[in-house]
Amino acid sequence: MAIGSYALERLLRWARAKSPWLLHLNAGACCNGCDIELVAALTPFYDVERFGIKLVGSPRHADILAIVGGVNKQMEERVRRIYNQMPEPKVVIAIGTCSVDGGAFNGAYNVVGGVDKIIPVDVYVPGCPPRPEAIIHGVYLALRKLYGGDFLGKKR
Amino acid sequence: MAITILPFGPQHPALAEPEHFRFKVDGEVIVDVEVKIGYLHRGMEKLMSTKTYVQNIYMSERICGICNVAHTTCYVQTVESLAGLEVPKRAQFLRVVVNELARIHSHLLIIGLAAHEVGFETMFMWIWRDRELVMRLMEELTGNRLMSAYNTIGGVRRDVDEKVISALKKACTTLRESFLQIRKVFLEDPLIRTRFVNVGLLKSRDAIARSAVGPVARGSGIKTDVRADDPYQAYKDIPINVVTYKECDSWARMMVRVDEIFECLRLIEEALENLPSGEVRIPVSRKMPEGEAIGRVEAPRGELLYHIISKGGEKPYRIKIRTPTFSNLYPIVATFIGETIADIPVILISIDPCFCCTDRMEFVDVNSGKVWYMSTSEIKRKYWR
Ligand code: SF4
Repeated sequence: MAIGSYALERLLRWARAKSPWLLHLNAGACCNGCDIELVAALTPFYDVERFGIKLVGSPRHADILAIVGGVNKQMEERVRRIYNQMPEPKVVIAIGTCSVDGGAFNGAYNVVGGVDKIIPVDVYVPGCPPRPEAIIHGVYLALRKLYGGDFLGKKR
Repeated sequence: MAITILPFGPQHPALAEPEHFRFKVDGEVIVDVEVKIGYLHRGMEKLMSTKTYVQNIYMSERICGICNVAHTTCYVQTVESLAGLEVPKRAQFLRVVVNELARIHSHLLIIGLAAHEVGFETMFMWIWRDRELVMRLMEELTGNRLMSAYNTIGGVRRDVDEKVISALKKACTTLRESFLQIRKVFLEDPLIRTRFVNVGLLKSRDAIARSAVGPVARGSGIKTDVRADDPYQAYKDIPINVVTYKECDSWARMMVRVDEIFECLRLIEEALENLPSGEVRIPVSRKMPEGEAIGRVEAPRGELLYHIISKGGEKPYRIKIRTPTFSNLYPIVATFIGETIADIPVILISIDPCFCCTDRMEFVDVNSGKVWYMSTSEIKRKYWR
C-alpha cells in the first residue's frame, strides 16, 4: 500500500490518540455507581476533555468503548453487536469490578459475568466504583494502546 | 448546525435502568405510551436471599449507585426492627447527616442533567462542580465517595470528629450560597421556564390515583414525605418541612428538588448541632430471629420500602423491595399524552428516573400504522434545533 508510509502512519496514530471518541455503554448488571463516576470524570474537576476525548452516541463513531457493569442476558447480544459495529482500531475499557468479573452480581441467574466473557477487553479498571482518577488512568492506558507506545509525558 | 454531544447520548451515562417506551403519535402529538421495563434485571431479590444479613448490606447498596445510602438505611432499619434493636442516638443522627448529603448529591445530579437536557450546558457544569464538593464531604465523613456502606446493622461504621464536623458546617454555608444562585436561575431564566413550565401536567387527583411518590407527588401539591409522615431515625427529633408546589408541571417537580436542597442543608446543620455523645454502634448477633419486618424511608426519588421475611438463621428467607421510580413510571405515562415528541426528554427527566436510553424509543403513527425508532439525542437533534 503506497499510503502506508511510515510518516503517514505516524500522523494517523497521533491524530487518533489526540482526539479519541468514547462510547459509554451500560452492559446491564450494573448499579450505575460507575456511570456517575464516569460522568464525574468528564466534568470540571477532572475533565478528561483535556485529552481531546469526546463522548459520542453511536458505536460507529467511537474509538474507545467504555463498558460499565457486568453483562446480563438481556444485553449480551447487544454488547457483541455494538462491539462489532465499531471501526478498527478499537480499544475496550472495562470500568468497575462488575465489568471486570461480574463483581457483586456474580451468581445471579440473569448475569453472564465480566465483559471479557463476551468481547476482548484491553484495559481493566477495578474498584467499586473506581475513583474518577482511576478511570482517567484507564483512559490513559487505552490511549497509549491506540497510539502504540507512550505518548504523554515523554519528550520527543 | 454542529451538534455537541455531551455525556448524555443514547447510552445514557448517568441514568441506568434501561426502559423501553413505545409512543403512539399523531404527527407530533403523543396519543399513547406503553412502558416495558426489565433491561437492567439482575435478580437482586433472589441473590439477596442467598447471602447473609451482613453481606446484604453491601448488596442493597449496589441496587442503585445513586441512592445507595437510602437503600442501606432502609435495609438496616428493617433488619433492626426484625431483631428488635435500638440503635444509639448518635448513630441515628449520623444516619440523618449521611442521608441528607446523599439526597443533595442525587438532587444536584438530576438538576444538572435537567439543565443539560434543555441545552443549558453552563448550568450543568456549575452544578456538577458543586456536586463534587458534596462527594468530597461524603468521602471525609464515610471513607468513600459513593459506595461507603456507612450504615451497618446496629449503627454506623465510623464516628465523626471535630474536624469533620467543622468541615461539614463550613461546606453547608458555601453550598447554600451557590444554590441560591441556582434557585434564581430556575425561577427566572427564560430558557428554563419555556422548556419546563406547563409541560407534563400531572394533576393532584391523577397523582393520588396513580400513586405517585416523592418529588413527583410533591410537585403536584400532595404533602407526602416519609420523613414527616412516619419519621424514622433522628427525623423524630429534627422535624422537617415538606416542600410542595401546586403547579403540577415539570417545573414544579424540579423546584421541589431545588428547595429540598436547602432543607437538606438545614437538617445537616441541625443534626450536627444537636449531635448526642456516646456510642455509634452496638454489637449484633449474626443470626436473626424468625419473623417479618417492613421498613420504609424517603429516598431522594420517593418512598422506598423493604419487606424482609426471616425463618431464623444467618440468611433471610425473602426480601422484597419496592423502589420509587417503579411507582413513578405509571403516573408519568399519563402526563405524556397530548404533549409533543420534543417534550419527551424533559418530562422523563422531571421524574428523575433511573433510566437508560440504550434501547430506543419506538413510535407508532396512529394514522398509517408506521413504526419507527428514535433515541433521546435524536429527538433533540431533530426537533429542537
Ligand atoms: S463496580 Fe460497583 S459501583 Fe460499579 S457498577 Fe458494579 S456494583 Fe456498581
